[in-house]
Amino acid sequence: MASHAADTDTSKHSHHGGEHHIVPKRIYFAVFFALIVLTWVTTFVSRVDLGRWNIFVALAIAICKASLVVLFFMHIWYSSKLTKMIISCAVFWLILLLFITMTDIWTRNLMGVPGR
Amino acid sequence: MASQVVNPQGAALQQDSALQHHFEKAEQQKDASTIGMWVFLVTEVMFFGGMFLAYFVYRQWYPAAFAAASNNTSLWIGATNTTVLICSSLTMALAVHFASLGKQKLIVLFLLLTLLLGSVFLGVKGYEYYDKWVKHEVPGHNFDCRDEAGKPCEDAAHTPLFFALYFGMTGLHATHMIVGAGIILVLIWKASKGAYGPAWYTPVELFGLYWHFVDIVWIFLFPLLYLIDRSGAPK
Amino acid sequence: MITATLPEKPKKNYLNQTEGLKSWLLTHDHKRIGILYLMGVTFFFFLGGLFAVLIRLELATPAGDLVESNTYNKFFTMHGIIMVFLFLIPSIPAVLGNFLIPLMIGAKDVAFPRLNLLSWYVYMVGGLFVLTVLFFGGVDTGWTFYTPFSTSYSNGYVIASGLGIFIAGFSSILTGLNFIVTIHRMRAPGLTWFRLPLFVWAHYATSMIQVLGTPIIAVTLFLLVLERGLHIGFFDPAYGGDPVLFQHMFWFYSHPAVYIMILPSMGVVTEIITTFSSKKPFGYTFIAFSSVAIAVFGFIVWGHHLFVSGQSVYAGMVFSILSYVVAIPSAIKVFNWTATMYKGSVRLTTPMLYAMGFIGLFTIGGLTGLFLASLGMNVHLTDTYFVIAHFHYVMVGGAIMGFLGGIHYWWPKIFGKMYNEGWSKLSAVIVFIGFNLTFFPQFLLGYMGMPRRYHAYPPEFQVLNVLSSAGASILGVGYLIPFCYLLWSLKYGPDAPPNPWGAATLEWQTASPPPTENFPVTPVVTQDAYTYTTEEVVHVG
Repeated sequence: MASHAADTDTSKHSHHGGEHHIVPKRIYFAVFFALIVLTWVTTFVSRVDLGRWNIFVALAIAICKASLVVLFFMHIWYSSKLTKMIISCAVFWLILLLFITMTDIWTRNLMGVPGR
Repeated sequence: MASQVVNPQGAALQQDSALQHHFEKAEQQKDASTIGMWVFLVTEVMFFGGMFLAYFVYRQWYPAAFAAASNNTSLWIGATNTTVLICSSLTMALAVHFASLGKQKLIVLFLLLTLLLGSVFLGVKGYEYYDKWVKHEVPGHNFDCRDEAGKPCEDAAHTPLFFALYFGMTGLHATHMIVGAGIILVLIWKASKGAYGPAWYTPVELFGLYWHFVDIVWIFLFPLLYLIDRSGAPK
Repeated sequence: MITATLPEKPKKNYLNQTEGLKSWLLTHDHKRIGILYLMGVTFFFFLGGLFAVLIRLELATPAGDLVESNTYNKFFTMHGIIMVFLFLIPSIPAVLGNFLIPLMIGAKDVAFPRLNLLSWYVYMVGGLFVLTVLFFGGVDTGWTFYTPFSTSYSNGYVIASGLGIFIAGFSSILTGLNFIVTIHRMRAPGLTWFRLPLFVWAHYATSMIQVLGTPIIAVTLFLLVLERGLHIGFFDPAYGGDPVLFQHMFWFYSHPAVYIMILPSMGVVTEIITTFSSKKPFGYTFIAFSSVAIAVFGFIVWGHHLFVSGQSVYAGMVFSILSYVVAIPSAIKVFNWTATMYKGSVRLTTPMLYAMGFIGLFTIGGLTGLFLASLGMNVHLTDTYFVIAHFHYVMVGGAIMGFLGGIHYWWPKIFGKMYNEGWSKLSAVIVFIGFNLTFFPQFLLGYMGMPRRYHAYPPEFQVLNVLSSAGASILGVGYLIPFCYLLWSLKYGPDAPPNPWGAATLEWQTASPPPTENFPVTPVVTQDAYTYTTEEVVHVG
């Protein structure tokens, strides 16, 4: 049958980042220390009145913390392009959901007509 | 990396669990499993994401209610619990680390520590839930939101939305942690039999991804639920 | 493509390799799981069809004389829930996708066979929940579960239905997850992305939607259940909530869900058209990328279901434009299919009849979607029979025709038997005629103002309604006949050769039915998916 000559092609043996890379323990401890510091920073900053910027600062710190966990505890820093793409899709789709729905909420009353 | 397999049965266990028939190579299997777990985490991101959407909509509409309700959570308990969970993330990362090195005793130790810290987190959460129940802050059950001075919360009529999201989001989070705790128990049992080592430690690694994800959800829940308008400054 | 003579048909294949109920209920074989799903979706198809019969019976007369309105509400709700969640969403991916994707990529199975089996059990449990709801009296909210009716006023079993759909949704997620990993990591040596059959591309795009979208309906139903149980106010204005938020969350999934229903069908049609034109698909890359484009763009148009709900007009304008944009990749496909047939060596076999019917009916359905996407027209047409006709043209004239075409195309591969071509062609024609007679009048009814979900209507609409009901009975016959001759072929049909159609993709390079391990030797792929030369067209008697 066929079309399949004995050709040892390598579609399955593609290179995946450093899946077997052993992350040194000091990286974990450094990330841990950063996470603890950021947790208490965000806690104390919340008690300072920054007006409408409080939430942005809090979210920015949360994003930093989450990034550290994703990159180092979850090894994304060392992973294949596919894995990085998968996470990017998750983040992107979540932002899509939040942002586009909010555009309705934000623009509903622009015309000054009730309910519009 | 030198394999530290002490238990010969453990080595056999590692071999048995290795290559499933439909994969060509062990590397392919591990890679596929890892990607599978990441795709699963994508679904979890979207699942929690729906409640984050409801949160953002109602926080936008009822900022005073959300601020008042948020101030009724305990800042210090929340921050401490966050710290506990981050510690459990560290111990989990170390458990995976030692699994990849085959250090049997350390695998079990750090899995146990993760379980312990996770249980502390859940215990504290349970106490917080109980506290809210006693203070009539559970929607649908004699709901009555009051601040520290005993006055009704500002915009009290809309505070149930905050608390519903509080219970919904932290409840879903806690459910994920309880399921995680169950899986850790299984991992501990298998690790104590020497099932994991450099040749095969995929379940530990994949569970680590799950556990870290649950941690990340909390990293966002903490500021959104506990840190609204904590400055006490007059508006 | 060279068809070498195979050794005589192997005695052992995936069907008879092991025997007994347990070997089926505990199987890890993707092919057997596909058949388990086939039984499930077929059952739910006919159950959903039963409700369609009841609806059309009631609507044959203007007065609400068959049943009272509450009961009628349950009819269309059960019809919608069963057809959408228990038939259309799983149908092609879980039956044909499961069976064929490993074969098409030269793999022994999907990446996670046990998860695959779990997905079937989860599907059956979800289905069981819905059956239980039905047994106890049904739910009457419409398959869309809009609040506040579903949360505060319905007397039906909203929570149980919501849970059933929640559970069935997990089945969809698991299938999508499995396919994504399988397609990424289980391809045979030499099988690069652009050598994949377009059926596989279609399922990859579908899987993206399943994974990214289904969790949203899950959390929406979760919040709905909480709201109904505890009266919290997520969606109830009395407590500060927003019913439109429910609609946003519901449609964020349910719009991409329609692409879950149509993309696999498009993949089937591409395979059928190319085989029976003996010509490689025109614009392979365009078809592949347009599948992914539909999946991605499908996520940013959901607001077109909310034009008259109170959603911001500005948001409506953006959703309207985006809805026109999402039609473009679909249109591209239609041109690709017709261009493939042009100057091809076309054989009008049963699958080809279904595929050609698909092209025409899907085009009508798609274009009428554009009518609805226009803000001004939508005000006039929303909640009328125009909408119903539109989505039945794409779902039935599109998705189901594709499903039937695929079942007929791959039947020899799946069961190793040929069915009777005379009966199958007759049924295809009956389905086409019955379908158009049922649903075309509904465009007219909708335009003239007949509302949907009403069990009574003004007498001037009766003629068109009677035509529609008559068409439905013909359509029903058209669906029942294949059930008969296909089952008959299992026992009495002639044995099928490995490649009765002269097709080029990998699944036809192994026996019919395939052995459990799919290929005796892992294939190595050295060329594109569709290579035909005019000398090698195989004619089937």
